Amino acid sequence: MSQELLTGLVVFVLASFVGFEVINKVPPTLHTPLMSGSNAISGISIVGALLVMGSKDWNLVTILGFIAVILATINVVGGFWVTDRMLQMFKKKEVKA
Amino acid sequence: MSDYLVTGIELAYLTAAALFIVGLKQLGSPATARQGNVIAGVGMLIAIAATLLDRSILNYQTIFVGIVIGSLIGAITAEKVEMTAMPQMVGIFNGVGGAASALVAVGEFWRLLKSTGTVPLDATIIAILGILIGGVTFTGSVMAFAKLQELVTGAPVTFPLQQPFNLLLLISFLVGSGYLIFDPTNLTIFLILVGISLILGVMFVLPIGGADMPVVVSLLNSFSGLAASAAGFILANNMLIVAGALVGASGIILTEIMCKAMNRSLTNVLFSAFGSDGTSVAGAMGAQQDKVVRSVDPEEGAMMLGYARSVVIVPGYGMAVAQAQHGVRELAAQLEKMGVEVKYAIHPVAGRMPGHMNVLLAEANVPYTQLYDMDDINPDFDRTDVALIIGANDVVNPAARHDTSSPIYGMPILDVDKAQHTIVIKRSMRTGFAGVDNELFYKDKTLMLFGSAQDVVAQLVSQVKELSN
Repeated sequence: MSQELLTGLVVFVLASFVGFEVINKVPPTLHTPLMSGSNAISGISIVGALLVMGSKDWNLVTILGFIAVILATINVVGGFWVTDRMLQMFKKKEVKA
Repeated sequence: MSDYLVTGIELAYLTAAALFIVGLKQLGSPATARQGNVIAGVGMLIAIAATLLDRSILNYQTIFVGIVIGSLIGAITAEKVEMTAMPQMVGIFNGVGGAASALVAVGEFWRLLKSTGTVPLDATIIAILGILIGGVTFTGSVMAFAKLQELVTGAPVTFPLQQPFNLLLLISFLVGSGYLIFDPTNLTIFLILVGISLILGVMFVLPIGGADMPVVVSLLNSFSGLAASAAGFILANNMLIVAGALVGASGIILTEIMCKAMNRSLTNVLFSAFGSDGTSVAGAMGAQQDKVVRSVDPEEGAMMLGYARSVVIVPGYGMAVAQAQHGVRELAAQLEKMGVEVKYAIHPVAGRMPGHMNVLLAEANVPYTQLYDMDDINPDFDRTDVALIIGANDVVNPAARHDTSSPIYGMPILDVDKAQHTIVIKRSMRTGFAGVDNELFYKDKTLMLFGSAQDVVAQLVSQVKELSN
């Protein structure tokens, strides 16, 4: 197993534990925004998409990367946007209450 | 110099990862949730900006075009979508994320193959995993979207030899993977694996009923994180690995919470269509056809509500679809003017996702303090004069408590039948999302108020107003 892969595995396992701990004990009210917010974070594959389509000349890889960039951007922008729209409503109500 | 740049990018990634964790943490508390979302968004911005500094990236114009196209599509859909359509929205965003991860895996595999003529063993294995998870996330999410949007039937779809067929797919995938590991240059096998992954996603969601889609969307959310992680392993990029793992883990937790709310195990949700549930549902439906239903008109209903001491409103997805939440809030305000104590009972899976109903009521400015979770409100029903059910069905079906043959048996429900009276506002006697008849409607204490939620609630409001004059 390469050193890079090993480091990756360490990072993966530790980050998973952090994910479990951070999400524990969330009131049901926030489950929907949380799902949509974490979904936006999974749009991080945009970083991978950017790296893949990096080279200047057009070939199959660049085209795949280009499509991936578009899709991942939809995920990121749409995800954060819609989460904010939802949470905005909670804000409004708290002021009233 | 270039060393500094590489270090800088890594440090920026570390910052972004920390911001994601803080953002997720803050998303978990009502007071800080919005700020948390912004923090996570800033983390994403930093990650993207840092990546663009990478020396291997030369293609800025095309990247810019791609980002602009994606941003426009994302922003417009996010701005336009109705709050009631939130589950399918999250579902489809999930799908495009999964597709992006799968494409990254395919692209990187291809690049390695073209540049070096072969692909190392570990890269091949990871690429296969990435394609499998990403592909399943993509087509699975599209399927879930289609079911929630009712483009295809919400009922579980089964066909003869479905399980052997799925098993065959899985085995071919494993065999193909083994072959590819042995000979990474075989592109036909590679493409076949991509194809099988996509079919598997469809087959995975097809036999699951529409009512269980939220669980599926949540599980696929977790998958989309894992797909991003897999892409990270191929590119040896820690940013992708960390963010993907965070989403993967949080998605699993959310899925578990949802299953718990329905008192079912994940395996039961995913594979129950293969049992023999179908016949028992039909039997229960036939048995109740000759039972009597009592109905009231809005005037009488308003009288009961207005002279009650305590009223518990049970909103369901039907209320949201009819856009009746604003009317409901007004009704509650009128009742409170008459000295009635009004509470809202929120079932954990009211709406179509956990917390979905809270969002919908928040949109209508219903005060936070009047919303009660199931466990808090259930002991109160004994002392409640009227339980007003608006567009909810399966979550108030008493059969879940005692009828072992019912498909929803064991699901925790709101005990509305323990209230002095129950008024159910409903368009018709049609069954709920789970496709089960509701024995609550035939009880002596239950009064049906037929009509569209919006009209009926408006009539109730004006009738209650007259009472108070």
